[in-house]
Amino acid sequence: MTISQDVDRRFREAAADLGLIDVGYDVVESPIGPLFVAVSTKGLAQLSFHPEERDIERLAAFAGPRVLRSSRSVDDVRRELDEYFEQRRRAFDLTLDLRGLPPFTLSVLGALAKVPFGETTTYKTLAERVGRPRAARAVGTVMNRNRIPIILPCHRVVGSTGDLVGYGGGLDKKAALLELEGALP
Amino acid sequence: MHAVAIPPFERFYEEHRAEVMRLLRRSLGRERADDAFQETFLRALQAYGRLDHGEHLRAWVLTIARNVAIDTVRRAKPTEELVETGGEDGLAAYEELAPLTDGLPPKERAAVVLRYGYDLSYDQIASALGSSADAARQATSTGVRRMRKRRTLR
Repeated sequence: MTISQDVDRRFREAAADLGLIDVGYDVVESPIGPLFVAVSTKGLAQLSFHPEERDIERLAAFAGPRVLRSSRSVDDVRRELDEYFEQRRRAFDLTLDLRGLPPFTLSVLGALAKVPFGETTTYKTLAERVGRPRAARAVGTVMNRNRIPIILPCHRVVGSTGDLVGYGGGLDKKAALLELEGALP
Repeated sequence: MHAVAIPPFERFYEEHRAEVMRLLRRSLGRERADDAFQETFLRALQAYGRLDHGEHLRAWVLTIARNVAIDTVRRAKPTEELVETGGEDGLAAYEELAPLTDGLPPKERAAVVLRYGYDLSYDQIASALGSSADAARQATSTGVRRMRKRRTLR
């Protein structure tokens, strides 16, 4: 028996409105492709270019079992992303859920969050900023595992020679984001 | 023995929504089933964070649906009785325990079946019945006492 889209949508909306879910997720369309967005009761928990089946299980394990696809849960994130891609927003005003991350990762992400729109920095500079000047490679690993790209702007981190180096979402996406910000080296 | 993990709600919802809708349409008709569907899964969602294992989730959600249907009928017309849907919804323990539990008031019957047929906790039974854990315990023991009494009378 098929459930009508209307009945399904009404249930998902009511669940979000009543505050009954631990994590609401949905796909947000963007000029650089669809983005998987998940928001927990603590804030934005995940943004992915290439979501995987097991993301739902991972989110449930760290934020609670009431994980539901819900357009309404990602409204704020969708709006800010739209504004960013339309060049009407340069900084995001979103609370992030970074529960469970180790201290080094948190300090690197903290330094990353301070790299402003339209500028780039290097892995080495970020390593210096967190007081671990020899840890450029470890900083690269943190960038690679960043669960909230774009908002935590790992696309603004490039190699010492200005080479784009790498990007979890694919180098073309990194280039597109830097171009949008007028920062393509 | 490891308890069965509780799946993310989205998976639970996708797995059981068609069957819940079938049960509700059979007992309430198409129109009233839509609202009852929403209420069923909202009740399930409300209790979902307090489940202690992921076993018998199908029996649990179908019992919630059954109770929402009963409440819907009562609200509409206090004297109307819910059409009994028999074993069609495939709740095995309901069928097995039917000779013993037939004739019990619906809440007591559901409580007894969930407790002794599916081994659910009073918390889980409470969420299926839309009541407190104490009320679920009460309904179970009253149901059992009623069953015993009838057996000795027979």
